[in-house]
Amino acid sequence: MMMLRAGDVGVLLAGAGLVAALTVFAWGGGRGDTAVIRASGQVVQTTALTHTQSFTVDGPLGTTRIEIEPGRARIARDPSPRQLCVKQGWLTQSGQAALCLPNQVSLEIRGRTSAYDTLGY
Amino acid sequence: MTRSAIELPVTADDRRIAWLAALAIGLTLAEAAIPSPVPGVKPGLANIVILLVLLQVGWRAAAWVSALRVLAGGLLLGSLFAPGFWLSAAGALVSLSVLALARHLPGRYFGPVSLSVLAAFGHIGGQLALAGWWLLPSAALVKLMPVFAAAALIFGAVNGVIVARLLAAPAPDKRQSTPCILP
Repeated sequence: MMMLRAGDVGVLLAGAGLVAALTVFAWGGGRGDTAVIRASGQVVQTTALTHTQSFTVDGPLGTTRIEIEPGRARIARDPSPRQLCVKQGWLTQSGQAALCLPNQVSLEIRGRTSAYDTLGY
Repeated sequence: MTRSAIELPVTADDRRIAWLAALAIGLTLAEAAIPSPVPGVKPGLANIVILLVLLQVGWRAAAWVSALRVLAGGLLLGSLFAPGFWLSAAGALVSLSVLALARHLPGRYFGPVSLSVLAAFGHIGGQLALAGWWLLPSAALVKLMPVFAAAALIFGAVNGVIVARLLAAPAPDKRQSTPCILP
């Protein structure tokens, strides 16, 4: 007697598909697709995370450089003394934000679903 | 010697169901001792017995064995009518309903593995539905759904293969078909 019949393979594949769909539904909903760049609290740039590009934003201390790549964004260079926002590295999830407070520049990732209604800095 | 006033007639079927339910209860107790990182993720070894009963005896007997297992398992584990008992009962109910439909699938293409996987998904589906509706009506449960579903898929497949092997193996004695002898 065969252990697996044709329908069994189908059921197993359907089950694997269900697991994958649930995984994407439960865990993958947080990926961001938009980057919002602010300077002194004002939005200066909103861009989709679809292709590689970079922006420079001027603040009180100097120039902050922001890099966008498909699916992620980071602050590449910043004049802040402690470099906290640069050390955060690449941001991918919706709701993540890198704040360069001395230079008053922020980078925020947004997606279809946001974890918070609003964030105050 | 006094004769008991009430005598319940015990048929061979009753004895067979009791014997199989005892087997399922034993497996339930054994796997309660297995530590699990997430509550609710269990191999579901008793489902092997339920499936064997379903395939060899019928759905009614499987439902009896399942109900007795949930009830006696709750008694023996001290969780009778506690939330865990109701979760177990909901899982068993949905699982049996799924099996009631799935056993009509053409046997040429769908073997024990299909039934086992479908029953496992039914089990976890029933438990999650009750837990989400009654115990934890919040989003926290959604994050655990992939874990439960993956466990159902893996353990369901493994149990199904065990059932297929047991069915394929030649019976060492005719214990399945004759009523067991009680002392």
